[in-house]
Amino acid sequence: MNEPARNQPQACPVTALRPAKSPLALAMRRFRRNRLAMVGLALLLIVVSASIAGVFWNQWAASRGLPEPYRTPLPGVHPQPPSFAHPFGTDTLGRDVLARTLIGGCVSLGAGLSAAVVSILIGTFWGIIAGYTGRGTDTVMMRIVDVLYGLPYILLVILLLVVIPSDPLQWNLGGWQVEVPSEWVRMVVLFMAIGGVSWLTMARVVRGQVLALKEAEFVLAARALGSGSARIILKEMLPNLMGTILVCATLTVPLAILQESFLSFLGLGVPPPLASWGTLASDAIEALNPVRTYWWLLAMPCTMLGATLLGLNFVGDGLRDAFDPRSR
Amino acid sequence: MAAYILRRLLYFIPTLLAIYTMAFMLMHAAPGSPFVQEKEMTPEVLEALKAEFYLDRPILEQYVLYGRDLLTLRGHCSIRYPNRNVIHDILAPALPVSLSLGICALGLAVVVGTAAGVISAARPRSAADYLCMAGAMVGISQPSFVIASLLMAVFALALRWLPVGGWGSPSQIVLPAAALAALPSAYIARLVRTGMLEVLSADFIRTARAKGLAERRVLLDHALRNAWLPVLGYLGPAAAAIFTGSFVVEKVFAIPGVGTHFVDSALHRDHPLILATVLLYASLLVVFNLAVDVGYAWLDPRIRYE
Repeated sequence: MNEPARNQPQACPVTALRPAKSPLALAMRRFRRNRLAMVGLALLLIVVSASIAGVFWNQWAASRGLPEPYRTPLPGVHPQPPSFAHPFGTDTLGRDVLARTLIGGCVSLGAGLSAAVVSILIGTFWGIIAGYTGRGTDTVMMRIVDVLYGLPYILLVILLLVVIPSDPLQWNLGGWQVEVPSEWVRMVVLFMAIGGVSWLTMARVVRGQVLALKEAEFVLAARALGSGSARIILKEMLPNLMGTILVCATLTVPLAILQESFLSFLGLGVPPPLASWGTLASDAIEALNPVRTYWWLLAMPCTMLGATLLGLNFVGDGLRDAFDPRSR
Repeated sequence: MAAYILRRLLYFIPTLLAIYTMAFMLMHAAPGSPFVQEKEMTPEVLEALKAEFYLDRPILEQYVLYGRDLLTLRGHCSIRYPNRNVIHDILAPALPVSLSLGICALGLAVVVGTAAGVISAARPRSAADYLCMAGAMVGISQPSFVIASLLMAVFALALRWLPVGGWGSPSQIVLPAAALAALPSAYIARLVRTGMLEVLSADFIRTARAKGLAERRVLLDHALRNAWLPVLGYLGPAAAAIFTGSFVVEKVFAIPGVGTHFVDSALHRDHPLILATVLLYASLLVVFNLAVDVGYAWLDPRIRYE
């Protein structure tokens, strides 16, 4: 793929000798040429690697017997503005804001990622089954999606958080004690709740695409050749759905991250000492008052959050343009 | 068209019934009792409370009784606020507040988003274009509570142009409406810009320009009418986003709307209030979605509903 950026016509005899490029490769080439999308990708890479580095920083500190920077208060008067020792400053309890922002990044990104995974697993499955079987099954399945759309997601999430208990878990795996603290259980429940409301759009989009693909000639041809439903779905339809699924999943992530921050603001986010960008921002807003502004408490998580949301939106738009060149 | 609207209205019945059923089931799946208070209650008091809220009856009977109370608009008193009827005393005063805030925010989002999109598309890659699109990026990159707090800090606390919060005077609606409109107007601006750029290269635009129409007319009459269709499709999700966003914004600006009840009732297992708010919200959403679909047919003559 290191060829010059010239646009060679497809029917040119020189290209005809080369193996034809797959639609995926062509889309990826269009994606790489989209400057805004590449900027978004770079932003995302920076944020993700910084957040992961934050976890390793904590692990390293814990393994050396040092206080974990994201949850151990420092001595002295707090909050302190950014300084050389604490580039993002410290919060009202005297914890390092940089460490908390990076840990918060992992939680926020985890919420987004788990929503994307759930929407890919449930949404794709739901949409394919509804679109492919059609008739009564389709009507019932899509009505269910309509009903869930009509239910305000915040209520759904709150009720799911209340229904699923967040007690600490203990397993005894052959004499090896595994203990999961309750704040981690609660975080997973939160992720599940956000994921549980984020697959609806995916189901609708995939169903629409499957309805169109069902009438496509190559699907009819496959059926005429005697392919079964499973083969048609997996071999003929799924490759054509990849672009749609990828785009929809990418655009689900920023929405899920925003939902997580909403819930944090309502006091339903991850419990302390864990943090997310949402909880950090809403704590910062509570500390905001006209007399003294602790601007660094708000600025740092919001910058990271903004960079992530922008990056994801740029990448999502870039992917959409790349997979559907007609839409440009 | 009339038949279509009638059929859609009939569809409301099973949809709302399903939403009611689902909310009821979720509510009852939640562990714990709504009657948790600091004071120990005597068994007699507890029995009386349970009878009051139908909790002593079989679950199917509860389902029917709550449904009847809501359907007949008779309402039921709230668990959290005793002696206050959920429909008449809690939701009826809060609904106009949330509704007017939501409509103002939606109107603001449409006007600002469309204007920014048209300005951007009229001169792509100009300073105005970049400025509008940069504004749109801020709108999509921050949660509404951050935008709300910043607006409050700047316009209410620092500049003292507008009140900090509360409800009642027109000046109190500006900041919350702006905070709610930030995200949808950013999306609308991007939709309008993309749509306009696509339409502006169409043949009928060239014809319009060739016959000497003013650029203003070409942009606003010919191009915008076509470019605006995707925006109409987005209005349904936008309304949902504004309603859910209003939980947070109402909290920031201390506005006595439906949003606060929504979150509190679910957290306090206030069964009558949860059911009433969910049904209210769901009915607003289905009615609004119907209005959007009718609007489609009105704006685009090619769309016909059988």
